[in-house]
Amino acid sequence: MMQHLPVLQVLLPLLGAPLAALLRGRDMAWGLALLLTGAAFLISAILFGLQYSAGEALIYDLGGWPAPLGIVYVIDAASALVLPVVSGLAFVATIAARRLVEAEIDARDHALFYAAWLLTIAGMLGQITTGDAFNIFVFLEISSLSAYALVAMGAGRDRRALPAAFNYLILGTVGATFYVIGLGLLYMLTGTLNLTDLAERLAEVESTRASFTALAFIALGLFLKMALFPLHFWLVPAYAHAPSAVSALMAATATKVSVYVLIRLMFGVFGVEFNGLADAIGLLILTLGIAGAFAGTLAAIIETDLKKLFAQSSIAQLGYMAIGIGAMSMTGLAAAFIHLFNHALMKGALFLAIGAIAAQVGRASMQTIEGAGRQIPITMTAILVGGLALIGVPLTAGFISKVYLVRALLEQNFWLLAALTFISSALALAYVWKIIEAAWLKERPKGAPVLVETPVHYVPAWLMVLATIGFGIFAGPLVDAAYAAAAVFIGGAR
Amino acid sequence: MMLEPVATLLLSMLSIPGMALIAGALAVPLLPTSARNAFMLALIAFSGWTVWQIAPDASLTARLAGIELTLLRVEAITKPFALVFHIAAALNVIYSMHEKARLTATAGLAYAGAAIAALFAGDFLTLFIYWELTTFASVFLVLAGNTPRATRAAMRYLLMQVASGVILLAGAVLLWRSGAGFAITALDATTPAGFCILLALGIKAGFPLLGGWLQDAYPEASPAGSVMLSAFTTKLAIYMLVICFAGFKPLIYIGLAMAIISLFAAMIENNLRRVLAIALVNQLGIMVVGIGIGSELAINGVTAHAFASVLYKGLLFMSMGAVFFRTGTDRADALGGLARHMPWTAGFCLIGALSIASMPLFSGFTTKALTLGAVAKQGELWVWLGLLFASVGVVLHTALRLPYAAFFATNPKIKAEEAPLNMRVAMGLAAGGCLVIGLYPSALYALLPYAVSYKVWDVGHVLGEVQLLVFVALIFALMVRRGLYPLSGADMVIYTDWIGRYALPRLIIGIGAPLMRLWNGAKDGFVALVLRLLRTGEEASRATGLASGVASTGAAAGIFLALFALILLIRIVI
Repeated sequence: MMQHLPVLQVLLPLLGAPLAALLRGRDMAWGLALLLTGAAFLISAILFGLQYSAGEALIYDLGGWPAPLGIVYVIDAASALVLPVVSGLAFVATIAARRLVEAEIDARDHALFYAAWLLTIAGMLGQITTGDAFNIFVFLEISSLSAYALVAMGAGRDRRALPAAFNYLILGTVGATFYVIGLGLLYMLTGTLNLTDLAERLAEVESTRASFTALAFIALGLFLKMALFPLHFWLVPAYAHAPSAVSALMAATATKVSVYVLIRLMFGVFGVEFNGLADAIGLLILTLGIAGAFAGTLAAIIETDLKKLFAQSSIAQLGYMAIGIGAMSMTGLAAAFIHLFNHALMKGALFLAIGAIAAQVGRASMQTIEGAGRQIPITMTAILVGGLALIGVPLTAGFISKVYLVRALLEQNFWLLAALTFISSALALAYVWKIIEAAWLKERPKGAPVLVETPVHYVPAWLMVLATIGFGIFAGPLVDAAYAAAAVFIGGAR
Repeated sequence: MMLEPVATLLLSMLSIPGMALIAGALAVPLLPTSARNAFMLALIAFSGWTVWQIAPDASLTARLAGIELTLLRVEAITKPFALVFHIAAALNVIYSMHEKARLTATAGLAYAGAAIAALFAGDFLTLFIYWELTTFASVFLVLAGNTPRATRAAMRYLLMQVASGVILLAGAVLLWRSGAGFAITALDATTPAGFCILLALGIKAGFPLLGGWLQDAYPEASPAGSVMLSAFTTKLAIYMLVICFAGFKPLIYIGLAMAIISLFAAMIENNLRRVLAIALVNQLGIMVVGIGIGSELAINGVTAHAFASVLYKGLLFMSMGAVFFRTGTDRADALGGLARHMPWTAGFCLIGALSIASMPLFSGFTTKALTLGAVAKQGELWVWLGLLFASVGVVLHTALRLPYAAFFATNPKIKAEEAPLNMRVAMGLAAGGCLVIGLYPSALYALLPYAVSYKVWDVGHVLGEVQLLVFVALIFALMVRRGLYPLSGADMVIYTDWIGRYALPRLIIGIGAPLMRLWNGAKDGFVALVLRLLRTGEEASRATGLASGVASTGAAAGIFLALFALILLIRIVI
């Protein structure tokens, strides 16, 4: 049993999905989803423990076929760190999903909703664990296709979900296609798809133009999937018009998985040297990252819809992760992993709290939350603390992210970039302040619908907020885990 | 598994002396009054026990955001300071037992705990946290005075204390930037970092022109509040000065200035608790002189003097607090003749007075003597004479005038009850402490950082001190008899705190008001501009949908391809 854990955490939600589609009675499907995501979370926590105590990668040969012939699942320090993030957030989002889905989706579609929900989670978990490049593509498509469907399900409440989903579908498919084209080139060059094997054989052909073109295809496809500026256009409408539960799940996890896959391929397969092009590519990613940080933050400042506002802020946060990657160093990668972890917590909490409001008044915007600080203080405080963490206020996890990010930049003497990172973080204060102003400094207008606290939303949201503060104060274990994860891709001591 | 280090850290945190008090303070508001005092005394006893048996090499470190923090470290002078802080904390609890207010008890306990824990801090960041905690806990003690004057004084107090904290933090960061790390060690006050830290300590230690907050705030606090305040903040600063700046010569003159300037104000001040606050500066001045000397004898003297002065200063504040508590005033011109009504309080006050006057057989004699001896040994004649002059002043204004004005001057109208039992017990214990140190100084000397070879009971010394006291007393008696000594002087003496209390605010308003108007205009204009930009942006984004990312799918694909081309170009160009 124990040795099958690496595959079980993917298999359970994957096989649970058709089962959920067959279940009738709305809470049956939800119960199954809750059970399976809970099990996946438990398994990934155990895997983290096993990997941590073993100190080396756990390899699982699918069907007993060893690499490079068969497909292997790899639990190393990096996947062991990202797995619990994704499965944990999926679990928490599932807890809160029931009420949100009841409020926003036609009862007939609930079984299908949870089927797609489980599929997209299975796809993400698969991308993290698999050690096979083509398998990554398969899981990428599993999670993406079900995500398109989930976004489109927002149509019952908001018709704009349909164009958003279509836009997302087209661009997502372009991205996935680019990824698979790059993969085809690599396969043609090396004759293998196993990531470890690929890395070894690629060394022989790394100076060819084809290998670089493969890198370009793969990187660009993943840039799009992780919504790196300026390829982020699909994200904001998709998050904003999707059902609230879907926004919470995707904001917390989807793009993170792509960040992880990008790191895995760029550093794990192509290697940090990139045939002498590391500086140029690093500079490109840094530039896009900092541009994204500013574009996202500025767009968030002028946004009035809360879901869109925090979706824009996600663009900025992904920019910060890209900056960590672009620094092309141990500290940089560790900073990217730290921020990946922290941002999943913050955004999960924020979108759940916003979902609680959206489920009541239809749309969470600056108008609908006017004076809400006095009516629903618990929920609004969760949003406030989450917002402060996004800025990077000390004692929140966001501060730890920024500290390591800036440290990574200063290590390489990127003074200007460090300053810009600081400025863009400080700008985030503007959109958090807008929320404070609307929720606390304004009176609730007469005739506005009365908001009520919903424990089923604020309890999971506060769990994540408290975790944000916890990891902001006791950052040691997280930092150690992030450095261990970075060490998988870049050798050398910290 | 990942929580384990956190749990161990939290447990080991409790082994830091004072931490139990800080943690316990959180529980104090929840307890009934009856259990509260026993609980606080038990905490203090536990914490005191940890100090008593602490190993000289005890240490505890923790990592926070990649910075190594030293939460526990023991210096040679730590133990005596920590012990006397515990004694003071326990006396404070006993003294304020009759009070129902939860806030004062909570704040007082947290304040004492933070001050004690600060003694054990091994780096400036840890110190900064406790530094701020003492500030925020103690400001409630000033606020507990519960008058509009107290509230204003509390705000000025808070301002100065926070300024001290910020300057300390700035100094710590400068120190770290210079590559020395955050560790608390001997510093060079001529470097920017050292200067900042000296300034921060100087504010808390009541340096001339920096210490106005002291005589401003202490007399406004509640009776129990001013007792608590007198013990911790300033002694903590003295302790840090010893560690960081022992032997820094300018401190001798700064200390001398503190000891002498305070004299004249205290002579004629009408508010008796204010007299005590000003006299506190005088005592601190003598300690600062000792730190400036920096020899082993001088450091012994500073430590012993700090130890004894916490007791006798606390005793004097307690007796004046009791008078204030029973009569509702601490003004010299409204008091007098209380010895008949409050004989115990009067007796204890006299013991405190004789201690501060350095009467042989009392604690001031056996402790201040060490510092004065160190000055004499150093051959600093003028400094020695200055301190002697300051001593005369102390005898006049604190040891003679204060008890006289409160207890012995004729005032047939006055009526008052004796102080409550718990106050008398606290005063009795403090008085007992003064006598023990005066009679058996060797017990205290054993605690001091360096071996003591100083002969206290030297004939010349005893004789000199007694002569000084007798003649000063004679002069005082003559002056009172002839009506030359203003027993009830000006309402409020203009002293250095006048600058901060009166002159500076008006100066700032005078210069600042037009500037402020200009700034406000510019700020409002800027805010309006930003708001206008925001609205335009919001409208534009609503109209075009561009910021919201609803660009057409085709445009997005175009951008995608352009970026692809750019990446491919990298290969071609490089």
